[in-house]
Amino acid sequence: MKGKIESLPKKEADLRAAFWEQVGSFPEGFKIKRCLQCGTCSGTCPVSYAMDITPRQVIALFRAGHIEDILESRTIWLCASCYSCTVRCPAGIRVTDTLYALKRIAMEKNIYPGRFPVHALSRSFVKNIYRYGRNYELGLGVRYFMLTNFVKLFSNARFGLAMVRRGRMGVIPRKLKRINDLRAIIRKANEFGEG
Amino acid sequence: MLQYAYYPGCSLEHTASPYDKSIRAVFKTLGVGLHEIEDWNCCGATMYMSVKKIVGYAISARNLALAQNMGMQICAPCSSCYTILRKTNRHIAWDPKERAKINEALKAADLSYDTSVEVRHPLDILTNDIGLEDIKKRLKCRLSGIRVAPYYGCQIIRPHGYFDDVDEPVKMDQLLAALGAEVVPYPCKVRCCGGMLMTTQEDVALNLNMKLLQAAADNNADMIATACPLCQMNLEAYQDKINKAFGTHFRMPIVYFSHLLGTALGIPAKELGIDQLLIAPDKLNTETKRVAV
Repeated sequence: MKGKIESLPKKEADLRAAFWEQVGSFPEGFKIKRCLQCGTCSGTCPVSYAMDITPRQVIALFRAGHIEDILESRTIWLCASCYSCTVRCPAGIRVTDTLYALKRIAMEKNIYPGRFPVHALSRSFVKNIYRYGRNYELGLGVRYFMLTNFVKLFSNARFGLAMVRRGRMGVIPRKLKRINDLRAIIRKANEFGEG
Repeated sequence: MLQYAYYPGCSLEHTASPYDKSIRAVFKTLGVGLHEIEDWNCCGATMYMSVKKIVGYAISARNLALAQNMGMQICAPCSSCYTILRKTNRHIAWDPKERAKINEALKAADLSYDTSVEVRHPLDILTNDIGLEDIKKRLKCRLSGIRVAPYYGCQIIRPHGYFDDVDEPVKMDQLLAALGAEVVPYPCKVRCCGGMLMTTQEDVALNLNMKLLQAAADNNADMIATACPLCQMNLEAYQDKINKAFGTHFRMPIVYFSHLLGTALGIPAKELGIDQLLIAPDKLNTETKRVAV
């Protein structure tokens, strides 16, 4: 195994090392080695039809030494976390968690698919939590569309207004009373570095 | 008396406020204590997982630690919160090193956590702790003639199926049938609504939700009952967009299962937040008046 890693281009070898570290950091992550390439994950995935590479191909590309191609695809950002693949995989592979692991590598290494800024939503979300402690839905939506698709901000305004009118969209964010406690936890956990 | 630490989660404060109101009202009527965890924070959702795993688990664990101090199990109605809190427990139990790190982070807020807090979904509590026989005794009316498609979505049963089958869950079916409602066959009961994709990849999410609505309409459902804030919002608030995109004419009310239970328990619609729905479940409001138990 070691020899193979050395024969890869440096960038790919780095990504591979990061990948192994990530899949080692959740229960049963190692089972990725047992993939049969049966395609059950892709078949059961409700959004695989819209992916440029399917979940099965993600594992095949990783084995072939093309992690960068995976990170440049839309696949990991299209996963809706429904866990169908995880439940159905005959080899017990935690496919959904593996895609999360790849997302974390993408965020850390700044490798994203072109014109598909879904990761911006995750970043806005994280900022929101640090500021308020709870998810401020209206703020998150507005911020995301301002960063990515300004037109949508207006096309979704009607929906937002209907929700506000029925008391289902807070206009003012609620902040935790002990927000400093939460921030202290976040700062401390951030010191632990790895994904 | 049964007592639970209540973790509403961010959605139930705003977009899913009808879910929050109906769960609180139903539990109160059934004589079950719900004690909101004081100053709870966001569970981190799936999005924190994609940025920093250890921070995601640490903020999720703060809620578990607060509940541990209350000495109660958690009742978490939101599918996403339910999955994340359970996942945090599983992760901390799996790896002692991660547990130590998470506890070190919690210590910054004078908290600690030892994975002892069980996280429960209201459907689990209603059907297993309270029991359908007990619920039946308290009904004020039967929901006869109301055809409901039971929609479970993803995260209350997957990946682990703690209280129901991962492929063919039945707990909501059983609850709704106990209320006298007609539970229609619903082949899409565990199919995904797309969740956050409605924000990031709208065309894909609209397509998924169109199929969910179509399957309910094909089985002549009067309404769809959900157990998840995101499913409810996607199916309800985007129906206009779906109709425009696919040339369909859906006007399908999307209620929470707790709306049906609350109505059968005789709780007024307003207390259940039914008036906050965008598509009024007219049949629920009119028919149930006629069939008192």
